[in-house]
Amino acid sequence: MAKIQLNGKKISLKSNISILELLKIYGFHKKKIAIELNGIIIPKSNFKKKLKNKDKIEIVHFIGGG
Amino acid sequence: MRKDLLKISNKKLKSRLIVGTGKYKSFKETAKAIVASGADMVTVAVRRVNIIDKKKPILTDYLDPKKIIYLPNTAGCFNSNDALRTLRLAREMGGWKLVKLEVLGDKKTLLPNMIETLKSTKVLVKEGFKVMVYCSDDPLLAKKLEDCGASAIMPLASPIGSGLGILNKINLSIIIKQSKVPVIVDAGIGTASDATVAMEMGCDGVLINSAIAQAKNPILMAKAFKDAVISGRHSFLAGRMKKNNFAVPSSPTDGLI
Repeated sequence: MAKIQLNGKKISLKSNISILELLKIYGFHKKKIAIELNGIIIPKSNFKKKLKNKDKIEIVHFIGGG
Repeated sequence: MRKDLLKISNKKLKSRLIVGTGKYKSFKETAKAIVASGADMVTVAVRRVNIIDKKKPILTDYLDPKKIIYLPNTAGCFNSNDALRTLRLAREMGGWKLVKLEVLGDKKTLLPNMIETLKSTKVLVKEGFKVMVYCSDDPLLAKKLEDCGASAIMPLASPIGSGLGILNKINLSIIIKQSKVPVIVDAGIGTASDATVAMEMGCDGVLINSAIAQAKNPILMAKAFKDAVISGRHSFLAGRMKKNNFAVPSSPTDGLI
């Protein structure tokens, strides 16, 4: 098990899950989001990166705004 | 008349009206209003995805980023670091280099923090961003932004969401005259005629959100703004008549009976 923080919320995941797999679990298309892992932006080409215990991940997208 | 396009960085826009996508009742209404406005470019915000309700509709379902230019904005950022973080994420998301920078200084007035804004502009330009910058209507600071490499200067007409229209026409006209990059009035426009006035003064464009989204009929108001911006632009290009302190008759005085 890996305990990570996703968008400020604590969640538990199976060990050795990649960013791409996490996106699949939540149903987000990689083209429509951007990822920040522990304060560093992860390029889409690096979404195979595995998540580890205590990782802090942010998934953002575009919403309506002025 | 030759095609009168608005050029910002390497983008060429047919419409001089840029529309915000916030505050609408629904995405359906947002999409309809944007079609009615004729805008080629819309501002969008960057926020966390909803991890609890995955099925909730999202903006991109209603507004195709391939058909309309998304202009990522840093609305809600109160310091340089947050603004930079937001725009770097936006660039990663879509590959956009053209962005709108907005660093606010105070929650009550939402006036721009120009010190943080200047600082952020310098960093973003260095990183290859093309930055359209929301700013105060101070001509000196607007010039400084241009010197820092801003792609467009976006002075406020009045505070965000206030609908008070253009409060300082003198400052705005100085900014228009001195700027070599497009000047787009952002924030505070209340109704269609405010946009006409801005365009008549020689602004290159206007950015409208609340005045459309919070109208009783946003779709009709979007159309009103489309017409108002075109009308103001034509009026500016046509060149207005001279003002006279006394009356000048419209009909010839010769041959009066």
